[in-house]
Amino acid sequence: MIIRPLATATAALLALGLAGCVPNSPAGEAIPVAITDDTCAVSSDTAPSGTVKFELTNSGTDVNEFEILAEDRLRIVGEKENLIPGQTVAYTLQLNPGTYYTACKFQLVGAPIGLAEFTVTGEPVAADTDEQQLVDEAVTSYVAYIRSQTGELLPAVAAFTEAYAAGEDDTARSLFASTRVFYERIEPTAEAFGDLDPKIDYREVDALAEGLAWTGFHRIEKDLWPPAAGELNSDGTSALLDWAPSTPAQRAGFAADLTSDVQELYDLVSAEDFTVTLADISNGAIGLLDEVAVGKISGEEDWWSHTDLTDFAANVQGAEVAFGTVTAIAVSKGEQELVDEIQRQFDALEALLARYGSIEDGFTPYDQVTDAQRNELSDGVNALAEPLSRLTAAVLD
Amino acid sequence: MTHEAGRGLSRRGLLGLVGAGAAGLAVGGTGGAVIANGVAGIGTSGAAASYPFFGEHQSGIVTAAQDRLHFAAFDLAASATADDLRELLADWTFAAARMTRGLEVTEDGAVGGSPLAPPDDTGEALGLPAAGLTITFGFGPSLFDDRFGLAARRPAALEPLPRFSGDALDPARSGGDLCIQACADDPQVAVHAIRNLSRIAFGRAAIRWSQLGFGRTSSTTTSQVTPRNLFGFKDGTANIKAEEPDAVAGHVWASASDGTAWMAGGTYLVARKIRMVIESWDRTRLEEQQRVIGRDKGEGAPLSGGTEFTALELDKPDDDGTPRIAADAHVRLAHPTVNGGARLLRRGYNYVDGDDALGRLDAGLFFLSFQRDPAQFVTVQRSLAGHDALNEYIKHVGSAIFAVPPGAPAEGASIGDPLFG
Repeated sequence: MIIRPLATATAALLALGLAGCVPNSPAGEAIPVAITDDTCAVSSDTAPSGTVKFELTNSGTDVNEFEILAEDRLRIVGEKENLIPGQTVAYTLQLNPGTYYTACKFQLVGAPIGLAEFTVTGEPVAADTDEQQLVDEAVTSYVAYIRSQTGELLPAVAAFTEAYAAGEDDTARSLFASTRVFYERIEPTAEAFGDLDPKIDYREVDALAEGLAWTGFHRIEKDLWPPAAGELNSDGTSALLDWAPSTPAQRAGFAADLTSDVQELYDLVSAEDFTVTLADISNGAIGLLDEVAVGKISGEEDWWSHTDLTDFAANVQGAEVAFGTVTAIAVSKGEQELVDEIQRQFDALEALLARYGSIEDGFTPYDQVTDAQRNELSDGVNALAEPLSRLTAAVLD
Repeated sequence: MTHEAGRGLSRRGLLGLVGAGAAGLAVGGTGGAVIANGVAGIGTSGAAASYPFFGEHQSGIVTAAQDRLHFAAFDLAASATADDLRELLADWTFAAARMTRGLEVTEDGAVGGSPLAPPDDTGEALGLPAAGLTITFGFGPSLFDDRFGLAARRPAALEPLPRFSGDALDPARSGGDLCIQACADDPQVAVHAIRNLSRIAFGRAAIRWSQLGFGRTSSTTTSQVTPRNLFGFKDGTANIKAEEPDAVAGHVWASASDGTAWMAGGTYLVARKIRMVIESWDRTRLEEQQRVIGRDKGEGAPLSGGTEFTALELDKPDDDGTPRIAADAHVRLAHPTVNGGARLLRRGYNYVDGDDALGRLDAGLFFLSFQRDPAQFVTVQRSLAGHDALNEYIKHVGSAIFAVPPGAPAEGASIGDPLFG
């Protein structure tokens, strides 16, 4: 796989977090960060709130990236990309008190390396009142998040499709749910590109209904969890109708299709002119909950693997990141009460989900979740979706 | 938690409704009066097309029975607190008071709000009159368990109903922490009410079960003709009528002297989903149908003679000396004289929920009765359950009991205020 660097411009400092208005006189001493291809050693795990300065030294073999993640380890509070080997650069941003995570990203893609907790103590930094600046920061942060998720999706899909194409079905099955997580967290973004989501994530019944060639995750899923005679598709038709296990050649084709489709997604969101609007972010949060309410609660999404709860949890995480990205704006518009209520319902839904497992360790297969339990999950989704549906108006009106 | 009068829905009910409070206070103001005045004569409940929400008693009890029903039982969320319950009742009161006036659930309503936000009101009742809508709230026995600190407030009379002979109850269609009865002469208006009230409840309470009813099976005033149930017989001829103040006072409204001060002016609601074995009934010869009921099918007159409203003569024999109204006839076993004088205010509806797996109509009677003491219902139902000839053609499949608190006296008060003291 060819992974293209995000941006060719060197040392393009993204004005993330509150970095845009940082004065050139950091209060504390710079914190050295020693970066190699597989380490990311931050010399201090704490700092006083306010302006925090890092000194980043890349002694590895290729371009790297330094990230500050929010407590959810997903939302990107700040990042410094395109750290050239042999270089030492300063990176400054403003941080409020709280728990963060530091990490590096070798070649700017894949899973965060050297993820470490970083605590900021002290008084809150005076909130920014410039609305446009808050919006710019939210957009920058969310674009970085989309890129980081697609950046993790690429190698995950590569490993998954490789196992599938090689007929290593046990391995492929074990990777199916965890690979989809990166996609499910940002699904509304992929859907915005029109024909990509159908290729990557359509279920058989959807592809059939729209007359599309059926490719992507769910095509592979059915090969990995092949239906027995007499089993039915989610629309009640025979599972064997117009379907047969893929031949090795077909598997190679579906693997290549999915690989190139997620590469295309990555390229699109990595383009320099790629951006999102504030409404895209907040409506994305709402859309992710709709995904859960429509597809996951019914168990139709992962009809053969029954890994619906992993998708469910990833959708919820994605919605919470989008929500977290715009909360400062909502609060600045006097919507603290709405923000609190949404957060309360996120917490409640996540606590409910935690009873069934976790994204890291896997969830109870959805066919083992009783109707009463599905009802309870559905109530939790409704409880969150109702206040969340007012988020766009709260940040834009 | 106190709910500021006129503030409108709480943040959690629907979020931040500027001006909703003012509109809520403007009874008969913009919109409200126009709507209420334009509807006289619509529907067949035979009375005003708009009923006041506020008052000593809740509406929808002695109110002339409307044509349509949407009934819903709710369970509180696992995370709900006593404050959540109070806030929910305040929100429901606010929305119900508006909808019963023919207004949208908030001032912004279905189309007046931000285009960026989902509308406050779902909109399917836009342009429709109040259609005689009444919204009646009740509290189930489970509300008084240890969750909300209300155990000491439970009326002694509010016990789960005992098991009756022949019951085939589905727990999923029975019980509930709260209930809402929405009645209207237009089904869309009743459904709109339940839909919006359940939306307001999301996160605090969720529907446990609900029931649509399409034809009233009782008259609650003498001005209404007696309707027929799905057996084709007139039903509710001997019902308590609004025009019988002594009967209403004695048999329907609870009083402080009954033992629970906060229930004064309230009543108890029993809901029974009674499936009818329509196909068997329809194959039964007319004389047998009439013998089972104890009335003639055309007129509704008792088999002891006379016309519809003639009193039953339970002992009157026919030529061979047996009582004209059989020992196991429905009207005999339901009659106050064999039940220690117990009377009920019945307000049930016919229902058809499509069909069952055998291709039979899933139809019957959604029985609703209001009584001062649930013991009145228990007495009558014990009499019926053991011996009623009708039992061959019916099956009780759902059951619930609720304490219906008194009305909210005026704007600013909420349903259930007296419960919280």
